[in-house]
Amino acid sequence: MHLGRLARLELTESEVDHYTEQLGQILGAIEAISDVAAEDIPPTSHPIPVVNVYREDVALPGLDREDFAAGAPAWEDDRFLVPRILDEPA
Amino acid sequence: MTTTSAFDGVIEEFDPIIGLETHIELGTNSKMFCSCSAEFGGDPNTHVCPVCLGLPGSMPVVNRAAVESTIRMGLALNSSIASWCRFARKNYFYPDMPKDYQISQYDEPLCFNGYLDVTVVTDDGPQIFRVEIERVHMEEDTGKLTHGGGAGRIHGATHSLVDFNRAGIPLIEVVTKPITGTGRYAPEVAKAYVAELRDLMRALGVSDVRMEEGSLRCDVNVSLSREGEPWGTRTETKNVNSLRSVERAVRSEMLRQADQLRAGERIIQETRHFHEETGDTTSGRSKEEAEDYRYFPEPDLVPVAPSAEWIDQLRTTLPEVPSVRRARLRDSWGISDFEMQSLVNAGALDLIEATINAGVNEQAARKWWTGEFSRTAKERDCELEDLSVTPADILEVENLIASGDLTDKIARTVFEGVLAGEGSVTAVIDARGLKVVSDDAALLAAIEQALAEQPDVAEKIKSGKIQAAGAIVGAVMKSTKGQADAAKVRALLFEQLGVTE
Repeated sequence: MHLGRLARLELTESEVDHYTEQLGQILGAIEAISDVAAEDIPPTSHPIPVVNVYREDVALPGLDREDFAAGAPAWEDDRFLVPRILDEPA
Repeated sequence: MTTTSAFDGVIEEFDPIIGLETHIELGTNSKMFCSCSAEFGGDPNTHVCPVCLGLPGSMPVVNRAAVESTIRMGLALNSSIASWCRFARKNYFYPDMPKDYQISQYDEPLCFNGYLDVTVVTDDGPQIFRVEIERVHMEEDTGKLTHGGGAGRIHGATHSLVDFNRAGIPLIEVVTKPITGTGRYAPEVAKAYVAELRDLMRALGVSDVRMEEGSLRCDVNVSLSREGEPWGTRTETKNVNSLRSVERAVRSEMLRQADQLRAGERIIQETRHFHEETGDTTSGRSKEEAEDYRYFPEPDLVPVAPSAEWIDQLRTTLPEVPSVRRARLRDSWGISDFEMQSLVNAGALDLIEATINAGVNEQAARKWWTGEFSRTAKERDCELEDLSVTPADILEVENLIASGDLTDKIARTVFEGVLAGEGSVTAVIDARGLKVVSDDAALLAAIEQALAEQPDVAEKIKSGKIQAAGAIVGAVMKSTKGQADAAKVRALLFEQLGVTE
C-alpha cells in the first residue's frame, strides 16, 4: 500500500495482494545476496569500475519547442500545462 | 520599540539554535547533466533537450566545470573533499521535475566538514562567529511553475504552466551544522553568514549570486530551547530570498516559537513560508506526513572521484578571501574595524570599491554610499545595489562639483532625481534646472536685494559684526533656490560691503 501510494499507482485490493506476494518473492531473492555478502564488501551500485565521466562545459542548442510541444498532453503559452497541484476545494 | 523588548524577552528565556541551507545556482555555460544553455531566463522552454525534459532513453553526463566549481567552493569553505562520491536519485512527484526525481547527492556529498567565519557587530564591538559547514553537494535545479486561475498562487489555482529552462541548471547546496551560542545575535549571524557566503561565491566567480533572480536561495532552520533542556523541535522556513529577509525570518520565527512554547504548546516540525511584505512566516506542509524520497545511487552516472592532483591544482586558483580583502581595504582606506563592518553590513563594500575604481576619491565614495544612498535604500526597504545609481554617476557628479558647476547640496538633489528614476545625471540636471548660479552678476543682484530687504543687518555687518552675514547669505540661497555656492555668496557679500573677514 505504502509503495503504491509513493509510486502514485492506483491498485485494487486484489492487485495489492497479487503484487505483495510477487514483491515478497523478489525481496526474498535479493535477501539471498546477504548470505554471501561479507561485512567488508560495500554494496555495488555500478557493475563496471568506471569513474569520472565528464563532458566539457559547452552550451549547445536543444530541441525545437514545436517538436516536443506537439507531444505534450497539454500546452499553453509556450509551456507545459499540468493539472491542479494541490488537491483542495477551490 | 515593542519588537525589541519582546525579542529581549525571548533571549532571557530561550537559547536559539539556527541552521541554514543555501542553494546556489552555478554560473556555468551549460546545465549540470546536459549541454543546454544555463543562462538565466530565455523564452520559455527554449533551453531544453531530451535529458532535462526527462524523455525516455536520454542519459545524463556530468558537467566537469560544475564539479570543479563545487570543489573550489568546498576548498574556500575549508572543507574536506571526498575522494569518491556518487549521485543519488531523490524521488518525488511534482511537476517542476519532468523525471519525477531529482539527481542530487545523499550520503556522499562532494565536500564536507568545513567552516566559514563571519563577523557581527555586537555591543562589545565586532565579534567573529564560526559557522560550521556540514556539507556541500551537487544537484540540479527544477523548472519554473506559473500557477493559472485564482490569484497566481498555488492555492486556488486551477492548473499550472511549466517552463523547464531552469530545470537541470547546476545547483549547489551548502548546509551548515546547527549554529549554537549566538544568543541575541542569531538573526544577525544568519544574515552575516549568507552575506559572507555570497561574497565568497562572487570572489570565486562560480555564480553571480543574485538573490532577486533566485541564483542564491535560503532555507532557514530555527529552534528554541530553555537552559539545560534538550534542543527544541525545529521549523524550516523556505525560500527566504534577501539578506534582510534572512534576518527577519530568524527573528520572527524566534518570537513566534517563544509565544507558542510559553503557551504550553509544542512546536511542530514543519516547513514554513516566509512573507516578504509582513516579515512573518505561515505554516506550509507538515514534515510529519512522511517525506519518503527513496534515495538510491543514480545508476545512470558513474562515481565522481577527484584526484589529489586536481584538488591541489584547484587550490591554487582560490581568490583572496573576502575577510582578507576587507582587511586590505580597511588599511588602504584608513578606517577602523567598526567602520569597515558597517560598510559590509550596509552591502556597500563592493559599490564603494567600484566607485573608487571608477575614479572617485575614497572619502566621497564612502560618503555617498553610506549617507544619501543608504538612507534611500532603508526607506525603500531594498539593498544598495538595487538602487538606480552607478559608480559612473557618482564620478560625473563629483567632477561637476570639482568644476564648480554643482555644490554638494545641489548634488544631493541631482541624486534624488536619479534615484527617483528620472534619468541620467545630465537628464536630471537639465530637467530640474540644477546648476550652480555662478554668474557673479546674478548673485550680486540677489545680494543687493537681500541687503535692501534687511537694511539693519547690512549695518551690523558694516560695523564689524560679520556673524550677521548668515542672514544675508541665507536669503540669497533662498532666492536662488539653493543653487548658489554659499561660500562664494559670502565672499561677494563682504566684497560688496567692503568688509574683510
